[in-house]
Amino acid sequence: MSKLGNLGARLHRGEVGYDFVKNRKIWYGVSILITILAIAGLAVRGLNMGIEFQGGAVFNTPKNTSASVSQAERYAEEASGHDAIVQKLGDGSMRIQVAGIDTGAANDIKNTLADDLKIDSEQINAELVGPSWGEQIANKAWQGLGIFLVLVVIYLAIAFEWRMAVAAFVALIHDITITVGIYALVGFEVTPGTVIGLLTILGYSLYDTVVVFDSLKEQTKDIAKQTRWTYSDIANRSINSTLVRSINTTVVALLPVAGLLFIGGGVLGAGMLNDISLSLFVGLAAGAYSSIFIATPLVADLKEREPQMKALKKRVLAKRAAKGETPQAETGDESYADEPEDAAPAVVGPRNQPASRNRGRGRPSGKRR
Amino acid sequence: MATPKKGRSASTQSKPGRSLVLILIALVALTGGMFASGHTKPRLGIDLAGGTSITLRAVPEAGNEAAINKTNMDTAVSIMERRVNGLGVSESEVQTQGRENIIVNIPKGTNSEQARKQVGTTAKLYFRPVLATEVSGGKGTASPSPSPTGSPSDEPSGKATDKPEATDKNSASPSATPTTQGRAVTDALKADATPSASASDDKAKASPSPSASGGSAEADASALQAKYAKLDCTNEKTRSTVGDGVKASEMTLACGKNSQGQWQKYILGPAEVDGTDVDKAQATLDTQRGAGWTVQMDFTNGGAKKFGDITGKLAQNQPPQNQFAIVLDGDVVSDPSVKEALTSGNAEISGNFTQQSAQELSNMLSYGALPLTFKVDSMTTVTAALGGDQLQAGLIAGAIGLALVVIYLLAYYRGLSFIAILSLLVSAALTYTLMALLGPAIGFALNLPAVCGAIVAIGITADSFIVYFERVRDEIREGRSLRPAVERAWPRARRTILVSDFVSFLAAAVLFAVTVGKVQGFAFTLGLTTLLDVVVVFLFTKPLLTLMARRPFFANGHKWSGLDPKGLGAQPPLRRTRRPAAPADPKEA
Repeated sequence: MSKLGNLGARLHRGEVGYDFVKNRKIWYGVSILITILAIAGLAVRGLNMGIEFQGGAVFNTPKNTSASVSQAERYAEEASGHDAIVQKLGDGSMRIQVAGIDTGAANDIKNTLADDLKIDSEQINAELVGPSWGEQIANKAWQGLGIFLVLVVIYLAIAFEWRMAVAAFVALIHDITITVGIYALVGFEVTPGTVIGLLTILGYSLYDTVVVFDSLKEQTKDIAKQTRWTYSDIANRSINSTLVRSINTTVVALLPVAGLLFIGGGVLGAGMLNDISLSLFVGLAAGAYSSIFIATPLVADLKEREPQMKALKKRVLAKRAAKGETPQAETGDESYADEPEDAAPAVVGPRNQPASRNRGRGRPSGKRR
Repeated sequence: MATPKKGRSASTQSKPGRSLVLILIALVALTGGMFASGHTKPRLGIDLAGGTSITLRAVPEAGNEAAINKTNMDTAVSIMERRVNGLGVSESEVQTQGRENIIVNIPKGTNSEQARKQVGTTAKLYFRPVLATEVSGGKGTASPSPSPTGSPSDEPSGKATDKPEATDKNSASPSATPTTQGRAVTDALKADATPSASASDDKAKASPSPSASGGSAEADASALQAKYAKLDCTNEKTRSTVGDGVKASEMTLACGKNSQGQWQKYILGPAEVDGTDVDKAQATLDTQRGAGWTVQMDFTNGGAKKFGDITGKLAQNQPPQNQFAIVLDGDVVSDPSVKEALTSGNAEISGNFTQQSAQELSNMLSYGALPLTFKVDSMTTVTAALGGDQLQAGLIAGAIGLALVVIYLLAYYRGLSFIAILSLLVSAALTYTLMALLGPAIGFALNLPAVCGAIVAIGITADSFIVYFERVRDEIREGRSLRPAVERAWPRARRTILVSDFVSFLAAAVLFAVTVGKVQGFAFTLGLTTLLDVVVVFLFTKPLLTLMARRPFFANGHKWSGLDPKGLGAQPPLRRTRRPAAPADPKEA
């Protein structure tokens, strides 16, 4: 089988694994750093809102404009320094829309355009246009977003628990901030495509986190009935056991988007595709990353504060201490390659088994089936 | 949750063939429907396919030029936006241009004439009591002779008839009235929303009575009456100016078409209820009384009270003064008579609406009247805002990305990847046919962001398979043979899929319900693909895997099947002595 398949098997058996939870501080640090960079980028460069949001100027050329749409688009972008939307109208005239222009600048651009297009500037009719993505759409979108977030936190709190809801929310904010920040840094204009991309990220980020949490919930179901692993151990194991899935899913989701971004936008030079696929690419990557490196360790962190979990940890540590530092040898024929939590290859076990079950069943093992 | 044993017996596995057949039938039906309807391509948004651009100019009202300001223009834009984007999926764009223009861009394939009407109609709605009415003859006039008018309209009453009367009293209002009383209330609304009609007998009587009604309408009433006498509704120019500049609180003249298509003229009292009193309106097909398409209006609380009051008053009058006229932008759309106070808080406009005209009207009533009157300045086609190269570049790039996905799946899942790829194909085919069919059905149009969203949806759909496949492989690693592994893995995978898809669907549902415009369009696409994901995994991937697990190629763990126990690093069979990775049976926990 392919390498990944073997990796999957070894992850499954717990032969390899990465201690995500233990090293969480590093990853928190990385995330905080990126987030600060993103916020700084946002603060310094700001978002470059497209014509759909802030309006701009529209130039209507006379009927027999000979230039092609793409030529006109280039001219307009050169003249204004902003993205332009060019449409040919039924009568052969052109409608050229440029963002972020006031009346003064509009005149200059009009003259430049007239030169480029070789028509009399008198014949170009310049006017200001309002946003097509007006305040109402924006307000409603915010409202919808707010309602959704409240509902999803409630849902996660019920389906899982409030700690997971909090962690998922933090991961979501993390993903969105990073995406928006990088967008600001790159300096692309924000179009409706960007916003749609961000909304897609929002859904995907939560989706991905929920898949990981589902495994976490399953594995920690009977955690209180055993004394072998702390919550962090099991959280870590659950991340590792879904790792192959996470990698596969991320690859499959990212490949087409990468195609759009690097081939469509980069090589073939399609403008609007860039806007969408950049936000999608960054967001999908951030979403996959945060589910594993941020959300789950965060849950473990929160969980370990619970008195019950604290007590469990104490018991586990006591037990380990009693057994000495090499529990692995002893537990060899039990479910997990059990190691103290500070050992480098983390505690990783078969994914579907909450620890307690295996414990309960360790003895009569041969009998099953 | 996820108790495999229970799940195993309860779930669909037992009849994998059945669900496969089901989904194939659905696929064939959708594809057939797509070809039968002739819409084999999804409608593309204005950014990809271009469309029609309508420029509207605000018409200044005498004495109220200041009304053309930014606030009112913005309000008009948002109302128009909602009118053309009724369901939120048509990707139309509305924006202001200059001080007094509004541009409306609608994607190709939309009925632009209809769109023009939708955005251009002001939709000022008033309920006014009818003081007098008569057929407005071609000659202008006179002719209130009872008999001629009476008879023609009587017949129509047969066909047109239901009185737009209101509401809850279905049983009370039925057509009995027209006949018994000889008072044919033919309020037929004309499809174009202009109609009207009134009981013709009434008019017969009415015509003499202007003066009578004049009693209530004092001094200037006589002036109005003189105008009324001269009013010729068959003249389009007259018609379009007849109600101009009249305030809601004044009496007015108005025209409307009755059920036979004759023009009818009216003297109407001050408006008692207006469009702002309508909470929402809805087009409904009245099958019970055979009235065809009607528009149901729900009043706001205040509106319901006012409407109850006016109908109570009118019910005591003699015809035609027991009628009220529903006046839309100066035209009488309908003039039902009232027999009793209607206090239920809703009313119905009926007549010969088509489905489309009923929906248009209800749309307009729901979203309110434009604050300004607009005239269509120009209507012209526009090319795609993005240009063809973008779509092409996107498609090429998307295809390359997909090819990479397929290669990756093949490399990683081997034989299993065929199930994954087949599932993706089924999912893609379902998405495509549904989108193609939704174009004509609800005006769904696909724009570039939606295309990209659909590409990301591939990832989400694939994730469902991946979650499931990984579970199956884990079971195999624990030493199970394939068939039990497939069944045991399913309940857990199923739960994961459902829980995570629910989050996506929640996002889609909330955004669709709350937002407008492009965001709503996005939410629709997201919801659609999420649902399809669940459908495909449940009805296709799982049953197919169950079936495939019976084939020796997979069951024996062929090297290329992707389920080769050795390749997966499975432990030797369970009965051996050492079991480092003990398999689980959750039941025993």
